Amino acid sequence: MPPLLNARDVTKRFGGLTAVNKLNVEIEENAIHSIIGPNGAGKTTFFNCVTGFYRHEEGTVLFKGEPLDGMQPDRITREGIGRTYQNIRLFQNMTVIENVMVGYQSHLHSGWIGAVFHTRGQRDEEKRAVEEARKMLAFVGLAGRGDWMSKNLPYGDQRRLEIGRALATKPDLLLLDEPAAGMNPSETVDLMEFIKRLRSELGITVLLIEHHMQVVMSISDKVTVMDFGEKIAEGTPQEVQNNPMVIEAYLGKGATEYGTVGSH
Amino acid sequence: MLKNLRRRVSGTTIAMWIIGFILLVVVIVGVVRTLMIGKYTGADWTDLFVYGISQGSVYALIALGYTMVYGILRMINFAHGDIFMAGAFFGYFTAIVFEKNGFFDSPTVDGKLVLALVVVTLVAAAGAAGLAILLERIAYRPLRRAPRLVPLITAIGASFFLEYSFLGLFGSGIKGFPEIDALKGRVSIFGVEILKTQVVVIVASFVMLIALWLFVQRSKMGKAIQAVSEDKDAAALMGINVDRSIMITFLVGGALAGAAGVLYALLFRQVYFFMGFFPGLKAFTAAVLGGIGNIAGAMVGGLFLGIAESLFPNLVLDGLGIPAPYQLKDALAFLLLVLVLIFRPTGILGERLATKKA
Amino acid sequence: MKRTSPFSWMTPVTTGLIGGVVALFLCLVGIVEASLGRYVITGIVTMGQVFVLAVYAIFAMQAAQKAAPGQDEKPAPFRTLASGAISGLMISVVLAIFVLLGQQIDLRAVFIHATPVLYDLLTFGLGVPQGIFVLLGFGILMGVLFGAMALLPSALRRSLGAGLIAVPLVAVIYSSLFSGRGLSAFQALAVFVVVGLALFLWGRYQQPVRARANALPARQQRSMRLGLWVVAILFVLALPALGTYPSEVLVITGIFVLMGLGLNIVVGYAGLLDLGYVAFFAIGAYVMAILTSPEITWFPFSGNFWIALPFAVLAATLAGVILGIPVLNMRGDYLAIVTLGFGEIIRLVALSDWLKPLIGGSNGITQIPKPVVFGFSFDNPQKLYYIVVIGCVIAAFIATRLKYSRLGRNWMAIREDEDVAQAMGIDLVRNKLMAFATGAALSGLAGALFATKLTSIYPHSFNLLVSINVLAVIIVGGLGSIPGVIIGAVALVGLPELLREFAEYRLLVYGAVLVFMMLKRPEGLLPEARRKLELHELSPDVAE
Repeated sequence: MPPLLNARDVTKRFGGLTAVNKLNVEIEENAIHSIIGPNGAGKTTFFNCVTGFYRHEEGTVLFKGEPLDGMQPDRITREGIGRTYQNIRLFQNMTVIENVMVGYQSHLHSGWIGAVFHTRGQRDEEKRAVEEARKMLAFVGLAGRGDWMSKNLPYGDQRRLEIGRALATKPDLLLLDEPAAGMNPSETVDLMEFIKRLRSELGITVLLIEHHMQVVMSISDKVTVMDFGEKIAEGTPQEVQNNPMVIEAYLGKGATEYGTVGSH
Repeated sequence: MLKNLRRRVSGTTIAMWIIGFILLVVVIVGVVRTLMIGKYTGADWTDLFVYGISQGSVYALIALGYTMVYGILRMINFAHGDIFMAGAFFGYFTAIVFEKNGFFDSPTVDGKLVLALVVVTLVAAAGAAGLAILLERIAYRPLRRAPRLVPLITAIGASFFLEYSFLGLFGSGIKGFPEIDALKGRVSIFGVEILKTQVVVIVASFVMLIALWLFVQRSKMGKAIQAVSEDKDAAALMGINVDRSIMITFLVGGALAGAAGVLYALLFRQVYFFMGFFPGLKAFTAAVLGGIGNIAGAMVGGLFLGIAESLFPNLVLDGLGIPAPYQLKDALAFLLLVLVLIFRPTGILGERLATKKA
Repeated sequence: MKRTSPFSWMTPVTTGLIGGVVALFLCLVGIVEASLGRYVITGIVTMGQVFVLAVYAIFAMQAAQKAAPGQDEKPAPFRTLASGAISGLMISVVLAIFVLLGQQIDLRAVFIHATPVLYDLLTFGLGVPQGIFVLLGFGILMGVLFGAMALLPSALRRSLGAGLIAVPLVAVIYSSLFSGRGLSAFQALAVFVVVGLALFLWGRYQQPVRARANALPARQQRSMRLGLWVVAILFVLALPALGTYPSEVLVITGIFVLMGLGLNIVVGYAGLLDLGYVAFFAIGAYVMAILTSPEITWFPFSGNFWIALPFAVLAATLAGVILGIPVLNMRGDYLAIVTLGFGEIIRLVALSDWLKPLIGGSNGITQIPKPVVFGFSFDNPQKLYYIVVIGCVIAAFIATRLKYSRLGRNWMAIREDEDVAQAMGIDLVRNKLMAFATGAALSGLAGALFATKLTSIYPHSFNLLVSINVLAVIIVGGLGSIPGVIIGAVALVGLPELLREFAEYRLLVYGAVLVFMMLKRPEGLLPEARRKLELHELSPDVAE
């Protein structure tokens, strides 16, 4: 079976800086795949290339066998890739349930006419949307918070809401950018369980950027290690943990060596 | 393959190509026909060209304020045109005093005249700079971290507040800037007959542009401003006083606009409350044309716009058979703004900013 | 232990000096003088004096409040009153210096409103030096009086303030609509007492009344709400009974409500700052004129108002789409400038000789007929008002329906965070275009009504100031809020129409209002509310 997402030689440059350099990543269907690496290794840049917010100069990203290159981000989302952000980006002045309903919007079809004349189709659709959104809130553990202004949610709940909103787009692949950042140990354990549920209950493939090693090592099927825009290792958590290159990158012993790699 | 192309190129892009192509054809037809009709002589074109340079150098001075403030705050200071207007008013009131005391009577350029003009310009620059600083302190500083549209709306409000305050304070009538006997008529430079006021305006503008360039590139303060434009937080960490740098930016931009107000008044001899609106918008166009945030770009953009505005109505519209083309010169300037923002938001020398994604 | 917070006697001095500069500004800009002719209390107080008094009131209260200790601190009545007095004195000092300066040199050469009338007003007609002393004493008196308000409990203070504001407001409406004179002293007192008392009682008993109402059975609640609606509708329908001139003001206000509702969709919902909104208004008006005026002979078709109306709306919508496509993927602030440019281009082209044979150039188009239904002609403002109201109701309906739909949520998502909205699968250009076109359609409708109202249109009616006016209306009301648009239009269009002598200062006020609102209350007077969708839950902050 071909991989769900297949990035081939993806390269992204900002002026003279090569943020992602000839990156090859394959994400199998139904996997939990993590990307780790020091700050500035190009992980989030890679996310942005996949989701269409950056255009990579070289290489190609295949999703379900089709190239995504050059597609607008909204199109890519509709193809089935959802994402969250490193620094939470909710629609702050909308209610919690509205946030989720926005995520759900590409599965609704009513337009201007339907909205103004409250056509039957539109009303049914709205009802369904509220229902679905409620279910999603329950799934992410925010039942009862639906009418809160999302900016008033506590931090952990904002993270959940952001994931819920991404799930509402009904993705096949979910990109999570440091979901455990700022969480306390018990919240982190909950999060790990939650990510596993995404796969087992919703059948979603997860690509994760994370600094929290406990999370990465305990839930990932496969780990890709990046440094200075390049892939330096890949494998199961065990393999990666024992890889001398990875240890070097994290301890910074070989930093200068990789520095020369990053600069051309 | 075709499917791929359709994904990459949206309908809007194609529509824009078509619009652009049609416009290009119209412009070329207009120019060719005008030149074939031969209604204007070479001297006419030279006049228009020199006129364009003098007007454009004033735009360049105003545009610098837009571009510097944009560079440092990422904000369109919509009220900047009114700072220019205020400068013209301050200059006018000072000039009136000099006129009453006979400073403008001598038939030739003498020390008294030069002194008077320098003082008038300095007063205008100082007054306008003061107003700009006040504006920044009261209206913009509290909004530095607000969403982008909030300071823009504030600036629009400030613009109208200033315009109609000046209307209320000093009256709605057009004030005639004093006529200076020594600057009447033309001089011949390299065989070209040029109005003396135009020479003064062009020379003064270029002196100020060079002074500004040196200030930004060489002085410590100028470098601090550049650093803050790059990255406010990092600059603050390096011990640069961000508030002070922003204030100096408004000061310098305001002073240049004030001086531009005097030059504009010399050129057109009219001072009134709404005079800042169109030059302000055109200077903004010039700043965008040169790449907003880019100081050299603002200078180039200002000159380009001045010349284009002077030549284009006659050059293009006459050939298309449109009567009284000068009536449409402002419309053309706006059209240029719209086209630049649509087709080349980076401007001539700028970084790509108008659409946020690469 | 009770303690006092740090306090400096410099605070009331600076507050007073700022107040003085503000008062002086109002005098020199001419607002005070222009409104000297309008009596608030006949024979006693004019609007001009009210403006100066308002400056004393605002700054003295502010100074006193800054000096007033916090709730858990020792009260300091002397300090509070003295601060008020000092600030009041400082305002007078600034004005006195101005008067004395004016005696020495002719300020009128520069400031056109530095007239003898103004000096007379500021010296209470007593001249220098007696008037100066009276002015200073007056400042202290006002300072103490308004400073004393800071000592009152807040409920009482608010009621008093409302009563004080109500008097000139009622007087302006009363004098321009009915009498041409101000209130009598007794009437003024009555207004003050009634409004003050009403507000006081409302503040005190609001919660129990609300609780009672909420405790009623659902059916009774519903009929109560229905009753309120009926009263409101009857009120709106009865307004033209006020007469021809008031109806004219109502029609103009209504046209701005209509435009405000449209622009609110563009700016308030979708967050697209459109400064060229007047362009669509102009297109609607011109299409109406071309299709109905007998003056236009080149156009083969000439119809009545009702046939022209859909075409006017359609043309404006189409223009919205055509202008929208190239500009809508621009960043917000650039979009504002480009739309402004478009608006000006349209006006300049309409004004030029180029299109003069078609649309009259600067002479405009005249003889636009009034709407007729079955022989009934809407030929005066009283009748036209109803057509405008119908337009507003339709617009409000459309705006509400759109707001609470998929489209409305998409717009708000775009307004909140464009990138994330796109990552939610929202097609930005398409959704923005919908907002832009809907706004344009409503503006076109307003333009068509405007054309029939005036029966003649000229390019200079369609300048940038109209766009700024509408923007100010929706910002004052509260971006995204539909009741806010109505409040904003009444405050910023209706009221200034009544204050005719004030016309010159309208844009001055708009400018100040835009700055003030952005700095102090960006959410507007009646902020946008979010509807509860997960109804049964307890939520602390929905009406954000």
